[in-house]
Amino acid sequence: MPDQLLFAMEVTLNGLMAGVMYSLVALGFVLIFKASGIFNYAQGVLALFAALTLVGFQNGQIPFAHLINAIFGTNLHEFGWHLPAVVAIALTGAVMVLLAIIIEKFVLKHLVNQAPIILFMATIGMAYFLEGLGDIMWGADIKKLDVGLPQGISETVESVTDSLFGYGFFIDNLDIVATVVAALLVLSLTLFSQYTKYGRALRAVADDHQAALSVGISLRFIWVLVWSIAGVVALVAGIMWGSKSGVQFSLSLIALKALPVLMLGGFTSIPGAIVGGLIIGVGEKLFEFLVGPMIGGATENWFAYVLALLFLVFRPQGLFGEKIIERV
Amino acid sequence: MNVANSEGYTTADGRKIGGVLMEMKNITLRFGGVKAITDISFDIREGEIRAIIGPNGAGKSSMLNVISGFYVPQEGEVWFKGYKRGPMKPYQVARLGIARTFQNIALFDGMSVLDNIMTGRLTMMKSGLLSQALWWGGAQREETEHREKVEKIIDFLEIQPIRKTPVGRLPYGLKKRVELARALAAEPKLLLLDEPMAGMNVEEKEDMSRFILDVNDEFGTTIALIEHDMGVVMDLSDRVVVMDYGKKIGDGTPDEVRNNQDVIDAYLGVAHD
Repeated sequence: MPDQLLFAMEVTLNGLMAGVMYSLVALGFVLIFKASGIFNYAQGVLALFAALTLVGFQNGQIPFAHLINAIFGTNLHEFGWHLPAVVAIALTGAVMVLLAIIIEKFVLKHLVNQAPIILFMATIGMAYFLEGLGDIMWGADIKKLDVGLPQGISETVESVTDSLFGYGFFIDNLDIVATVVAALLVLSLTLFSQYTKYGRALRAVADDHQAALSVGISLRFIWVLVWSIAGVVALVAGIMWGSKSGVQFSLSLIALKALPVLMLGGFTSIPGAIVGGLIIGVGEKLFEFLVGPMIGGATENWFAYVLALLFLVFRPQGLFGEKIIERV
Repeated sequence: MNVANSEGYTTADGRKIGGVLMEMKNITLRFGGVKAITDISFDIREGEIRAIIGPNGAGKSSMLNVISGFYVPQEGEVWFKGYKRGPMKPYQVARLGIARTFQNIALFDGMSVLDNIMTGRLTMMKSGLLSQALWWGGAQREETEHREKVEKIIDFLEIQPIRKTPVGRLPYGLKKRVELARALAAEPKLLLLDEPMAGMNVEEKEDMSRFILDVNDEFGTTIALIEHDMGVVMDLSDRVVVMDYGKKIGDGTPDEVRNNQDVIDAYLGVAHD
């Protein structure tokens, strides 16, 4: 096989893996949008907050240490223990559920029946609040996140492809793990929503609030449930992104990368979020590879948004989104 | 016939009607300065088909929404099964055993007919979140049990051929029937039907009337319905409340109501289309 083609294949594979990371973030958006019609601007910050909390638990950091020290003149920083990754992840999951309950109680509950734009504004407020809270609780320094996921170039992939094509592909182990995790996540979410009573209730609420109430579904419970799930998805995204590039506040900006994914996949489709992410991932890598050199490179920064713009013009509901046709 | 008797009464066609299931006492409902319902009282007895009729804007739907908890009246009391009901959310009312349909059909369009009807049984499914999430222990057995009940209702309402069809694709008449099926799936003590025949052709109306009578007959379900079509109401119901401009102007058997001068003036006497 010609080198150029093999190289393109490697780029495509890497693009797919990068796409999975985008999909992970987009997934959280879709879940909340489907169930409540809210575009949750805070989804990226949720991922950041989850990652910060996870690192904090793992390293035995004392929450609000700086604040406590400033007020009481103490010099506290750490409890002095290190939690195993599994325990820290479970605890962080619990924190995300708690956060969902708090959000429902203090924000959503008071905004029932408000226009979507008002709820959207509320999530912007939440995003900044959470970002600040994360800062005060855990500090603003860049942290290393290590939950024991394999890192670095996969030697298996390299040697297998080398023996097949005489050219070894460079694939990051972490990306492979992320792909497997994302697949499992989507599979379990799909099974949950299709075959359990809570899944059915969730779909019911997504479809029609009034009808859902009339069959005895508590909207507030469903909101807590869906924000909890979105929180856990954010935790997974936070772990993956955090392991890749460290836990820093720019992590919250991954939400911006999820936007074009949603435009492509449609705001209401879980498979759409996945396929959209993959298309963006592959698209931007291949575009950079094929067209980049001709126009001076750095296309990855804008390619996704231009693609999203094209979709907005020609297919606003996305690839998988629902086009609402009213019967008249 | 002595309707006031607390022991109940026997209808013209020989059905035994029981004691009071639901009682509305001096209900007043306001939207801002507008009174939708003014000081209305009536009761619904176990096993009967009770109709609420009246011209457009009479407050019928508002009354149904009060019963089902979608509106909370400013004044008055709602009694159900002998207990005074506090202010409740609609989903709590549903869990008490009051199921309803909507005038403009509120189904879950993206879901299949079967799934729509299964939502009617949500409140009866007892297995917890964890068991459900892991599809573990009782969750699976429970699903099968409820599925069987739902299949019976599907047979009963003769909608077997469309079981797997997404509801959004169904014609209007069938949607109404699926909505009825979903309400029935909850095995309600009281079934509220908001204009079950609105927008139907003669044949569909006949089908729906038959189903309503069958439901009442087969399951002994108490039914309160709102209807525009006078003919249908008079044929179906045991007792009728007549509303006009938010006030009650008549209450009694179809025959009594038909001969009530206020009712004739307000509703029947006026030439209507």
